[in-house]
Amino acid sequence: MATATDAAVDTADHGHATSTGISNTKLAMWAFLGSECLLFGGLISTYLLYKTRRGPGPDNTVIPTDVFDIPFTSVSSFVLLMSSLTMVLALSAITRGDNPATRAWLLTTSMLGAIFIGGQVYEFTSFLREGVGYTHNPASSAFYTLTGFHGVHVSLGIVMLMSLFVASKQGKLRQEHSETVEIVGLYWHFVDVVWIFIFTVIYLIPVD
Amino acid sequence: MAETTLAETTLAEEQAHDHPSDWAYVKIALLLAAITGVEVLTYFESAVTVFENNSVTIASLMVMMVVKFYMVAMYFMHLKHDNPLFTKLFVGGLVLATAVYVAALAAFEFWA
Repeated sequence: MATATDAAVDTADHGHATSTGISNTKLAMWAFLGSECLLFGGLISTYLLYKTRRGPGPDNTVIPTDVFDIPFTSVSSFVLLMSSLTMVLALSAITRGDNPATRAWLLTTSMLGAIFIGGQVYEFTSFLREGVGYTHNPASSAFYTLTGFHGVHVSLGIVMLMSLFVASKQGKLRQEHSETVEIVGLYWHFVDVVWIFIFTVIYLIPVD
Repeated sequence: MAETTLAETTLAEEQAHDHPSDWAYVKIALLLAAITGVEVLTYFESAVTVFENNSVTIASLMVMMVVKFYMVAMYFMHLKHDNPLFTKLFVGGLVLATAVYVAALAAFEFWA
C-alpha cells in the first residue's frame, strides 16, 4: 500500500508513471554510472599493471611517476572537488526556483571543470617535454589512456552544464525541470569520485 | 486551517531532512578539502613522521579515499536519501569493477 502511495506521489512529482515508482531517467543514469565503474575499473587495473614498465630503448625510460608534480595535481584535485559543491548548490537553487542562482552555480561549476581540464592539458604538455609520450612505454600509454578518458568525461560534463546554462537563459530550464539538473549533477559527481580514486591510487600511493 | 499548517510544517521538515541545507553542503565540502589536505601531506612524508612507514601511508590514503568517496556519493549524489535501488545499481557496478580489477591483477600475476 505504501509502495502504491509512493508511486502516486512520484508520478505527481514527475508527471509520468513508471513501473518502479521512480524516475526512469534517473534510474537509467544510475545504471549508466554503474557500468562506468567497470570502464574505469579496467583502465585503473591496466595502469597499475603497467605503471613501472619502462620502454626498451634509452629514450623511453622515463615513466609518468618520475615526473609527477604532486603540488600542481593537488590544486587541480581541489578545484574538481569544489566543483561538486557548486554543482549541488546549483541543484539546491533550482529546487527553490531561484533561476539566477542556478545559472551562477552552473557557470561556476563549468569554469572549475574548465580549470581542471586546463591543468590536465598543462600536465600532459609538460610530461611530453620531459620525454613521456603516449607511445614511449607501456606505463605512459596506460597513464594517458586512464587520465585522458577521465578528461573526456569532464569535458562532456562541461558541455552538459553549459547546455543547461543556455537553456536556463532561454527560460527553458525552470523549477519543474530540477530533475534534469540532478541527473547532470549525478554525472558530474561521478566524474569527481573517479578522480578521488585516481588521485589517491595513481598519484599519491608511493611506487617502490 | 491549523491542520493544514501543521501538515505543511511537517512536509517542510521532512523535505529539510530529505536533503541537507546549503550550509551543510558547504561543511561537507570543507571536510572533504581538509581530508585532501591531509592526503597531500602524506606525500611530503618528511614533514609528518607518522607517514614515514610506507604501509601506514598506503593504509591511511586508502581510508581517506574511501571516506571521501562515501561522502560525495551519499551526500552530494543523495544516495543516503534516495531510493535504495540506486545504491544497489551503483554498488553493483563497484563490486563488478573490483572483480575486474582483482581478476586482471591475478591474471597478470601482480602479487607473484
